[in-house]
Amino acid sequence: MTAGPLLFQGKDWNFETLQRIYDAIEPIAEKELGLDVFPNQIEVITVEQMLDAYASTGMPIFYKHWSFGKRFVQHQTIYHKGLQDLAYEIVINSNPCISYIMEGSSATMQALVMAHAAFGHNHFFKNNYQFQQWTAPESILDYLAFARNYISTCEERYGHAEVERLLDAAHALMAQGVDRSPHKRPLDLQQEEKRERDRMQERERVYNDLWRTVPGRAQPLAKAGKDRQRAMLGLPQENILYFLEKAAPRLKPWQREVLRIVRLIAQYFYPQQLTKVMNEGCATYCHYRIMTRLHETGRITDGSFLEFLHSHTGVIRQPMYYEPSYGGVNPYALGFDMMQDIARIVRDPTPEDKVWFPDLAGTGDEMAALRDVWANYRDDSFIAQFLSPTLMRKWRLFHVVDQKDLPYLEVAAIHNERGYRELRRRLAAEYDAPAQSPHIEVVDVDLAGSRKLVLHHQVVEGRFLEAEEAALVMKHLQSLWGYDVLLQEVDSRKGDNILKEHFVAAETS
Amino acid sequence: MRIVDRRLNPSGKNFENRQRFLRRVKRMVERAVRDASRERSIEELENPGEISIPADGVRQPILHHGPGSRRDLILPGNREYVEGDRIARPPGGEGGDGAASGAGGGKGQQDAFRFMLTREEFLDIFLDDLELPDLAKRRIALVDKEGLRRAGYATTGTPNNLALNRTMRMSLSRRIALGRPKAETIARLESELAEAAAEESASVESLQSKLDALRRRRSRVAYLDPVDLRYRRFERFPKPVAQAVMFCLMDVSGSMTEHTKDIAKRFFMLLHIFLMRRYKRIEVVFIRHTDEAAEVDEETFFRSVETGGTMVSSALEEMLRVVKDRYDPADWNIYAAQASDGDNLLGDNDLTRELLQSAILPLCQYFAYIEVRESFLDEANPFEGGQSSLWTAYAPLQKEGGKFQMRRVSRRERIYPVFRELFHRREAGAAHGDQA
Repeated sequence: MTAGPLLFQGKDWNFETLQRIYDAIEPIAEKELGLDVFPNQIEVITVEQMLDAYASTGMPIFYKHWSFGKRFVQHQTIYHKGLQDLAYEIVINSNPCISYIMEGSSATMQALVMAHAAFGHNHFFKNNYQFQQWTAPESILDYLAFARNYISTCEERYGHAEVERLLDAAHALMAQGVDRSPHKRPLDLQQEEKRERDRMQERERVYNDLWRTVPGRAQPLAKAGKDRQRAMLGLPQENILYFLEKAAPRLKPWQREVLRIVRLIAQYFYPQQLTKVMNEGCATYCHYRIMTRLHETGRITDGSFLEFLHSHTGVIRQPMYYEPSYGGVNPYALGFDMMQDIARIVRDPTPEDKVWFPDLAGTGDEMAALRDVWANYRDDSFIAQFLSPTLMRKWRLFHVVDQKDLPYLEVAAIHNERGYRELRRRLAAEYDAPAQSPHIEVVDVDLAGSRKLVLHHQVVEGRFLEAEEAALVMKHLQSLWGYDVLLQEVDSRKGDNILKEHFVAAETS
Repeated sequence: MRIVDRRLNPSGKNFENRQRFLRRVKRMVERAVRDASRERSIEELENPGEISIPADGVRQPILHHGPGSRRDLILPGNREYVEGDRIARPPGGEGGDGAASGAGGGKGQQDAFRFMLTREEFLDIFLDDLELPDLAKRRIALVDKEGLRRAGYATTGTPNNLALNRTMRMSLSRRIALGRPKAETIARLESELAEAAAEESASVESLQSKLDALRRRRSRVAYLDPVDLRYRRFERFPKPVAQAVMFCLMDVSGSMTEHTKDIAKRFFMLLHIFLMRRYKRIEVVFIRHTDEAAEVDEETFFRSVETGGTMVSSALEEMLRVVKDRYDPADWNIYAAQASDGDNLLGDNDLTRELLQSAILPLCQYFAYIEVRESFLDEANPFEGGQSSLWTAYAPLQKEGGKFQMRRVSRRERIYPVFRELFHRREAGAAHGDQA
């Protein structure tokens, strides 16, 4: 990389500056780091627009719902009180990949955001297997536009209150609306939209009011065994929204479609939950490399580099547990440190690293190693595989067990030879989102009788559902199912021993 | 790479979501606004409020774990511990709670949150459903509002005002007048020509020249010409504005204590905010009285202290004088609110009632009397218990839905409800004038 003229001086920037910065960053990202990205689109927005974007999960197009207004009010309050800076980046997993930059930021910050979002996150979105599995960046914006139009049409046809009730209920079950293991058919949101339109047209075309008046034959009750019924309903089913969409007897077609929209959007964001540490680690590592290179080659001034470092260190600061600002593990800090550590192991391993990472230590090409990591892991497997003793010592990690009935907490493991594996296993487990969230399944429907829906929650280590919220969610679930619903908390180790029940009876109307 | 400047795109995309959110929490916000109106000074009321509402009504429940029997924490920053160490549980039961809630994302434990209402939002909720009854009379003379109305057609204008029908009509008549050949005519000639050409008839040439002439004519006389264009024209016109005057009558005699005066003032201030907001052209006249009455400015009305006897009729007479001087009932909607502790010179009661009944009420659209007392024997039912002399004198005048209404108040927090009772929007019945 040869030195070049300064990209900018001072804080000010204009569109030429942005272009110059981008043109300087691109070869570093693509040639030196070997990043592979979607085409980029950089959008300059104002503070208010950033608040808007925040409120709708960063998406430029989103359907309307009061909860987004609530989120907006919360962010706005915090922002106006000066308690929090706006995050300086929002980036959308779409093709082209859209990164927002704020008009009030300095030229250095714009360079930082481009390096971080337009290259770091962008590369991660395009290459990580979870995103490839679950998201369709080509069509997400089209799909969101479809969703927004569909829902606003529903509001016109069926009334705001009706749609709001439905969305409230769907949102309450959103976390139970994702498939956690790959489906047989990959999602294509554009196809989904077309199919729905075709379905609708077909229904309208063949609709004949006469048929409604024909006296119905009683549904021939399946004589087949219970197991066959369950198989036909796809039970047990952990994707509750999917189950309701397909099987809830009382939902109208448009209601099923709305459930489907909420479910597909939940699924779209699911990979982001699974890869927070890696995604931020990747973006932070990339922006650090790129900004450092810009400084080395004299493209940015010392002052600008210092401004960058100030912001960078703020982002990757990890307070220790005894500091008042401690709020759990900072994913930026953990991700960045692990990426740095992997690079170190590849370039400059210690004898310990050679024992722990025989395939990685000393291979020499850190970017090849990192790109491979970014593509093929998610947070839990990433930490389980790559958290090194060096890093555990640096962070001085320790493991504390809190048993409810003991009067003391016990230190179970610390950063020493005996503790490394345990620490790593435990930390990885914390990032295993599917394992951390409650495991709930639809297990049975009383088809012959009351149509009661039965769900099971597997209780592990005495972790019951938070009862008050569970009761509220159950009410929503009941409103969607239309008949009685029963949620049993069971201990599968003891033969599905029922420990606790939540029951909501159908409203008699 | 593409750089897009979105700054010019409208922001406030979230406005609608915010409105939905407000609608959703409306009842809670209303309650909060009313509480605020009780606790704040009236000056503060004019300013937008920071309102705190309980998060409960806007809760978004999700299924998540409650505390289990065992928790595993991985913490950074070990300084002293070795494996097997026991740490005393911090006092307060739940050990290491800060760490745990941090890691758990803090969901499901939102506290009440506060947010800013804009001034508009605050007053809207505050004054929702209130209005002056029977604002019927108007005065055309005082004009400061302009309306826009259709005023025929013009030959110039902006494209969005293009009057398509009118334009096409103009075009049609011009085409007829100038003899623009019709498409059918030309088509017919063409086919005739083709036939003639096929038969090699002699008429080919004349047909051809006829056709050429028609075609030339057609290209000279355009289908749509700039002279055909007509635009809808709008003109401004003065719109009469309803005007009203509010008389504030307050008893400031020695028998009025600080407490009762505070209540009376709060009532008038609420009224003031309400009037300023709802009506564009409104005047307020302040009259205070002991045993004699005088029109005063706002400052004196609200701030200064007096002592002396009480003669309510003096205030009514003063009001009549002001009406006669400045507010011709033919042009003005007249409202009055009177506050007093009800103590009146015994001999004055008959005169007061007579004045009210035969002179004032016929002029007024609405007259509200509030009686302020230190306390009532029966708070729940302030109409029972000891009657003041003025109350007894006024009572026969009050009719359900009539233009004279009276209420009693002894506690600050009752002001707002009473105020609403007096000024809530009437169902149908009385026709309302335009609100300006």
